[in-house]
Amino acid sequence: MNETAKTLSPDYKVALAELLLQLADDDFLFAYRGSEWLGLAPHIEEDVASSSISQDSMGHAAMFYNLLEELGMGKANDLAHARPANDRKNSILLERVNGPGNYMEDAQFDWAYAVVRNYFYVQAKKVKMDSLKQSTYGPLAEVAVKVNMELYYHLLHWKTWFVQLLSTTEEAKKRMFQAIDKVMDDFGDVFSQGARGKQIMEFGLIEEESVLNRKWSAALAPVMESLGLEVPRKASSKIQDGRNGEHTEELHKALSTLGEVYNIDPVAPW
Amino acid sequence: MIAPLHLTTEEVLLLLENVKDPEIDTVSIIDLGMVEAVTVKNRHVSIKILPTFLGCPALEIIKNNIIRAVKEHPDVVEVSVEFIQSPPWTSDRIKEKGLQGLKAFGIAPPPKQMKEDGSWHIDCPYCGSAYVTMENIFGPTACRSILYCKSCKNPFEAMKPISNLM
Repeated sequence: MNETAKTLSPDYKVALAELLLQLADDDFLFAYRGSEWLGLAPHIEEDVASSSISQDSMGHAAMFYNLLEELGMGKANDLAHARPANDRKNSILLERVNGPGNYMEDAQFDWAYAVVRNYFYVQAKKVKMDSLKQSTYGPLAEVAVKVNMELYYHLLHWKTWFVQLLSTTEEAKKRMFQAIDKVMDDFGDVFSQGARGKQIMEFGLIEEESVLNRKWSAALAPVMESLGLEVPRKASSKIQDGRNGEHTEELHKALSTLGEVYNIDPVAPW
Repeated sequence: MIAPLHLTTEEVLLLLENVKDPEIDTVSIIDLGMVEAVTVKNRHVSIKILPTFLGCPALEIIKNNIIRAVKEHPDVVEVSVEFIQSPPWTSDRIKEKGLQGLKAFGIAPPPKQMKEDGSWHIDCPYCGSAYVTMENIFGPTACRSILYCKSCKNPFEAMKPISNLM
């Protein structure tokens, strides 16, 4: 446990750990789904770019797990691999498969879905990092500053794809519209802070859900407008909230693939 | 009687000049501006390092290379290496020697500054021409981009600019 962590009140620590798990689990799954595209992306430059983004994002997840380790919440590796699906706090959006099939064979992944999910998620992450720069927990604010610098390139990348695919053929547009609907169906819990959201906000760890959501819409507005489109709205009813450990079968499968080596030998060096 | 040797910070910094980027042997971690602090206390050395990118897989290798290099000094009992995020590493931390070392390896150094619209300018590290195109902002490692020189017809890499303005 670090020196800062020792001085925190128990309530503050509980709220902080909750937020850190949400951030860590989001990027952990985001990086995994991104890495499944390796070798399958539309062209070789994209393979290089998207796997670089996945690598950065896994680095961000590792930073958030490390902050939890410093709080005395367990080892970063165990937090990443050993927690069952119903302990996970990631948004449902990030656990969704890339499409039918398996990345090793007969993968029929949906690039439009990848572009929309990645652009909308990275924009949401950017809004969160900007807010976290003012977090009352100093070590988290410091990490947010660093993550933001790398995020600059991720956002630029996915925004470029998003605008280009929506400015080309009718077929591309049709697929993009379908992808936008599919992503928005799962967008309900992206800004959710779960059952402890009130404490997270009261302790000044990050701004509240509605503020972040508004900032996300505002950031998206000029881009959508340039395409003659409106900012998509999320599905009205929140069916499941990943922040409270509610997940799909897709997460179970992802975790068993991701944790294969860890589960064979938890102390294997990487 | 022989006077006890006093290990100094300067001596440690000299040893760190020998710790190169694992993939670019013409630049050291000092040249790249990754070394934030070195403290020596009773022959125990602690070093604080700023990672260039958070997901960089070379970090563990760099850490081990630092420990090995510093332990070469006979007065060193223990070396600890810690990665810290604050201040964040930015590409303007790269020293003049680092800029030259990158060029010597065929990697264009990051631009000193970005324009207001976020664009930046890079010259070919081989022929110095400004007639270059960006092939991919992302490259073989997190910190590099891939470009092509239309003058000397060489593909080359460039270090990505990373700044506080991002």
